[in-house]
Amino acid sequence: MSTPFYVSPEQVMRDKSEYARKGIARGRSVLVLTWADGILFVGENPNGALHKISEIYDRIAFAAVGKYNEFENLRLAGVRYADLRGYQYDRRDVTSRGLANAYAQTLGSIFTESGKPYEVELVVAEVGTTQADDQIYRLTYDGSVAEEHGFVVMGGTAEPIAAHVRERHDPSASLQAALRLGVEALGKGSPDGEERTITPDALEAAVLDRTRPRRAFTRLLDSRLARLLGADGTGSAA
Amino acid sequence: MDQAPGRYGRLPAAFTAPGSSSFAEFLGVAAPELLPARLTLPTGAGAVEAPHGTTIVAVTHASGVVMAGDRRATMGNIIAQRDIEKVFQADEYSVVGIAGTAGLAVEMVRLFQVELEHYEKMEGHVLSLDGKANRLSAMIRGNLGMAMQGLAVVPLFAGFDPDTGTGRIFSYDVTGGRYEEQSFHAVGSGSVFARGALKKRYRDDVDEPAAVRLAVDALYDAADDDSATGGPDLTRRIWPVVMTATDEGVRRVPDDEVADVVRAVVDDRMTRPGG
Repeated sequence: MSTPFYVSPEQVMRDKSEYARKGIARGRSVLVLTWADGILFVGENPNGALHKISEIYDRIAFAAVGKYNEFENLRLAGVRYADLRGYQYDRRDVTSRGLANAYAQTLGSIFTESGKPYEVELVVAEVGTTQADDQIYRLTYDGSVAEEHGFVVMGGTAEPIAAHVRERHDPSASLQAALRLGVEALGKGSPDGEERTITPDALEAAVLDRTRPRRAFTRLLDSRLARLLGADGTGSAA
Repeated sequence: MDQAPGRYGRLPAAFTAPGSSSFAEFLGVAAPELLPARLTLPTGAGAVEAPHGTTIVAVTHASGVVMAGDRRATMGNIIAQRDIEKVFQADEYSVVGIAGTAGLAVEMVRLFQVELEHYEKMEGHVLSLDGKANRLSAMIRGNLGMAMQGLAVVPLFAGFDPDTGTGRIFSYDVTGGRYEEQSFHAVGSGSVFARGALKKRYRDDVDEPAAVRLAVDALYDAADDDSATGGPDLTRRIWPVVMTATDEGVRRVPDDEVADVVRAVVDDRMTRPGG
């Protein structure tokens, strides 16, 4: 009769965390940053059909990195959560805080209860009537939730991107300036430390624009992206 | 399906189940008590007195479709409300007007609006106009039990179809039957008179302003012969709700524009009461 190995809970959690972190770091980064009239989401995503950035509700959007099927599942749950709340109470009663909580509970219980944690990292962001009311929540694979200010970088080689944005981020910038900074920063995030120039067709970008009447979310499609990034279509034209 | 919040309060299974992009279907699993069609009346109760909405008209024109509704809700011989709104924007390119039991109908419209937006967010693209019309049909069918007890909801659905580039109108019966109408249609208690008026005045080449005028004229004729339809209320300045759907999306015609049309209609009737 064999004796089962004893593995300490610390070891189990460490292994799970490491597994999830590795999965998240394999993909490409997504950057979320504030600008004068809202919140910009930009990520490297050559796939035009499978989105990393999506609308959840009137003023709330969702961005994710990691394993597509897992964050897509969370996105659908988020849309259902928001629409159910809005239908049950009122559209104004759907908040990013409530959604972030629901996600945190869900990710937390998946992390502790199941053998395989979700390899995802999420941002839930909401634009307010003024910049002071904007809210950005970052959620990690184990259900930790943190409120962020200014900007968030998730997935891929995040550190050099974050370092670049930290020095230059200006919350009162125009959309064009914010987008250029974002694309420039994403170019710093390659594992071998080499700088790249990312073209508009390899980008996925969207904004929550507080000046829009009800649904604040709009995707920045290729033509508009190219226009905002400059005639040569790269972030270099400053 | 598991509906109780799981341990640690995670979202219930219905929220993460893949497959359906329909909000009504999700509601049926996650919170069935919120579906208007799931309401049950106590058996043996007599007829329920509830406000009823009345006449809605829709007219297609060269660049889309116009829908207009009067502002009256009645309960028996009483005017329950003089400024009720019965024409709503359903989504970016479609509008829905309601006749019948107002409380149920307004709730159904609310569900329908969420349903269309929900699909759009889940799937990443918009339902076709026929798809939208079919969803509405399913909702009315769900209400059949209530309709049998006298609480019927009869909507009129219209929108701009980007696939054909035209405005289209769909009417329904209480069993959810869906019928595409040509050129114009009306529902509600005054609809017989409104349809008669439209039949005589409609021309194939009408443009948007002419279609708005036709719709307001038709509502006047409905109010003229049907006591449940509200006529133009010049003293209180309550005008019909008029919405248009074109390739630029849905627009509610501003009150002052509608007021001008209504005044023109009333002026003409001063000399020719029959229009």
